[in-house]
Amino acid sequence: MEAVETTVKGVVAPRPVRPWGWLLWGVGVVALYALILICTLALPANHPLHLSVYLMTLIGKIMCYAIVALALNLVWGYTGILSLGHGLFFTLGGYAMGMYLMRSIGLDGVYHSPLPDFMVFLDWKALPWFWQGTDHFLYALLLVVLVPGLLAWIFGFFAFRSRVRGVYLSIMTQALTFAAMLLFYRNETGFGGNNGFTDFKRILGFPITAPGTRTVLFLATLTVLLLSLLASRFIVRSRLGQVLTAIRDGESRLTFLGYNPLGYKLFIWTFSAVLCGIAGALYVPQVGIINPNEMSPANSIEMAIWVAVGGRGTLFGPILGAVCVNAAKSYLTASFSSSWLYFLGAIFVLVPIFLPRGLVGLLQRRRK
Amino acid sequence: MTEITARKTGNALGRRVGLLFTALWMGIAVLSPNTARAIAPDQLKALGEDDYDAKAAVVEQLADDGDATAERVLKALHDDTLFALPDGSLAVQVGDAYHDPLTDQAVQVKADDLSQVSLSNVLRARVAAALAGLQLRSADPGVRSRAVDALFSRPDPTVRKYVEAARQKETDSRLKGRLDQLWAMTALQDPDPQHRLEAVQLIGDRGDPQLRSILRPLATMDNASGDDVKVRDAAQAALHKLDRAQFLADMAGTAFTGLSLGSVLLLAALGLAITYGLIGVINMAHGEFLLIGAYTTYVVQNLFRAYCPGAFDFYPVVAVPAAFLLTALAGLVLERTLIRWLYGRPLETLLATFGISLLLMQAARTVFGAQNVQVENPSWMQGGISVLPSLILPYNRLVILAFAFAVVGVTSLILNRTRLGLYIRAVTQNRRMAACTGIVTWKIDAYAFAFGAGVAGLGGCALSQIGNVGPDLGQTYIIDSFMAVVLGGVGQLSGTIFGAMGLGLISKVLEPFWGAVLAKIFVLIFIILFIQKRPQGLFALKGRSVEA
Repeated sequence: MEAVETTVKGVVAPRPVRPWGWLLWGVGVVALYALILICTLALPANHPLHLSVYLMTLIGKIMCYAIVALALNLVWGYTGILSLGHGLFFTLGGYAMGMYLMRSIGLDGVYHSPLPDFMVFLDWKALPWFWQGTDHFLYALLLVVLVPGLLAWIFGFFAFRSRVRGVYLSIMTQALTFAAMLLFYRNETGFGGNNGFTDFKRILGFPITAPGTRTVLFLATLTVLLLSLLASRFIVRSRLGQVLTAIRDGESRLTFLGYNPLGYKLFIWTFSAVLCGIAGALYVPQVGIINPNEMSPANSIEMAIWVAVGGRGTLFGPILGAVCVNAAKSYLTASFSSSWLYFLGAIFVLVPIFLPRGLVGLLQRRRK
Repeated sequence: MTEITARKTGNALGRRVGLLFTALWMGIAVLSPNTARAIAPDQLKALGEDDYDAKAAVVEQLADDGDATAERVLKALHDDTLFALPDGSLAVQVGDAYHDPLTDQAVQVKADDLSQVSLSNVLRARVAAALAGLQLRSADPGVRSRAVDALFSRPDPTVRKYVEAARQKETDSRLKGRLDQLWAMTALQDPDPQHRLEAVQLIGDRGDPQLRSILRPLATMDNASGDDVKVRDAAQAALHKLDRAQFLADMAGTAFTGLSLGSVLLLAALGLAITYGLIGVINMAHGEFLLIGAYTTYVVQNLFRAYCPGAFDFYPVVAVPAAFLLTALAGLVLERTLIRWLYGRPLETLLATFGISLLLMQAARTVFGAQNVQVENPSWMQGGISVLPSLILPYNRLVILAFAFAVVGVTSLILNRTRLGLYIRAVTQNRRMAACTGIVTWKIDAYAFAFGAGVAGLGGCALSQIGNVGPDLGQTYIIDSFMAVVLGGVGQLSGTIFGAMGLGLISKVLEPFWGAVLAKIFVLIFIILFIQKRPQGLFALKGRSVEA
């Protein structure tokens, strides 16, 4: 058991502060934002550098996945807890945002009723209690954070308290998302059954398909991605990060040194779930649909492979992994639809054997 | 009656006499139904005319007669092959020819002269009842049994006298019981309270809960007086009896479906208990090993059907070992090529084997198609035992239940009584010490993994007998199997037995109240709470290692 994770590089030693480096990053980010604004709104649609809404949706989606990968990396890459249920937190965040978007359709639905269409279809007369207040954007944002966070906290508390770890925990998280998927597939649960939410019209009063709205959503996603990266960097380099790495590499030893891992694990687990929820909330208005299929165990386990491909326990690896795998997925499902699952299966099999440290590990080895 | 005579002049008198006679005769017939008398040809003529009351009377008399002529006529009426000729006589169509219903001899008729004997819906039902009543008197028990079946579907009071007669005469005890019940069903509205009382008690004693609905109106009868009170009380008592019978049947049914689900989970989880529980290798492709077993059964079944259909009933004899060997081989290959590189890295093993699971699933889709394939039970697994009137235990489920325990028994024998089992236990308990005593540990790893995979193949073979076989089969069971192993506690087979059976029972007990989905969610919450109390599962191996 001791040899488990030692192949992964430990905590990066704190480096001297370099203000110029930060400034360079800042300038780069501002330039990127300006470039995106120009490419989407200023350039004419037929210009070769114009960023079309289709491409924006695709890249925006992948950025949401990258946030999920970052979140998963915090628990798996740094703390050694492999969650196979992060799709659940992602979807819950998406559903919370979806509730707001459904409510803001207003009377423009198929049935012209103040209730969402699926409720009219089910012959419901009033909103269920958990839909109350979801027409307020800020309350919806609160739900985006609270629902995944609370669920993760409760599950984590019981799981970590009884020292469920390793594969055991992975299986439990998988069962959790599986059970939630079954629950959300039911019409009676009140979230649109297997159709979920779709046909959104507007967000905060702006038409949701307009290029301007999409650009704002795109930039918001990018902002959240960068902030998540910063937050990951901050956490990993703090004392908390060192304890987390210690939990990964030798939890029993850490316990004998007098630490109680429960609080640390619970914090990073809940934080990771909240991050996933926010990613889901950004995903839904851009992709335009959310349904229980997102909770299927296969989806969650696919998230783990993004992290593995990029390189877990590294800061940029998860983003790289999410981008590479999803770009490959978009390309392969479009051109040879049945080959994608073979390809995905092959990645799952080959990466743990030949690329245990992911693409980032490969690049680092090259550099050396 | 006056209207009729005004319209019909021909042989009105004769018919009237006939009717009178019939009415008289019916009175006798109820008392002595066996004194059959041949019907007069004149009386039959009423069938060809338009008076439905008269037709009804003739049908009644024919039913009472019960001779060959009566059966011929009723059958012809039932099949719409009875025709009237202009002279008032009748003809039965037999193929292309026409026969005289009385003599059954062919008669020469002109097709243009024929007009079909018409029936009203009420009359049609009476004909059917009369025919069934007639068949009740058949010497062949099979015919009688079929007639009872037919009457059960519409037990209206008109058939009662036939049932009553048949009931007196019936010698077959099984058939007599059903006739009693049939009689009781028709006698519930009888004007004679004595009959009603007897009928109610009979139904109560028979204990078929499906009859509660016909007792209920009697039991809740308002403002009853005199004899009705007795009937009502009896009905309430009978209803109570039936309720208890239903409750018992429900309990037994739930217990059986729970055990049956448990046995399925057990078969699915047993291989996992070996690979994950004993060797500690997490194998997400376990579900696809079930899949290999199931598809092997499918292929063997097809081969039998194509090359020796005569021995189709014995295809499991080949399918079971084939499923075991093929899946064990797949397990061996997987262990040698993939899993051995990942020992000591459980989370990566999980991901890699999940990849294998995706590949195998997609391969199954490519080879066998995305649709479910049909695996037919051999004939000795079809049908079931009827334990109670409303509880039938299907043979295939019983066989699976027995098979599950047989597999557990053999597995535990192999683990505890053979050299291989000894080595497996030694390696899992202390790898280095085992190696020191000369055990080739890598070989044991491979054998143990292949063995676990083979047991999964057996599970798949069994699952193909009770459910759909499709590329997603493995995914359906994988999470539940893991739950069973987790609940039972790793490292011991007995834990898995109790885990699987417990899960099956809990799910099935909860399902009627909450539905399948909520029951599943409850089970998950239950497991999470359970491992708070016993983190190592139901049956924990005692040890001092922190990492255990």
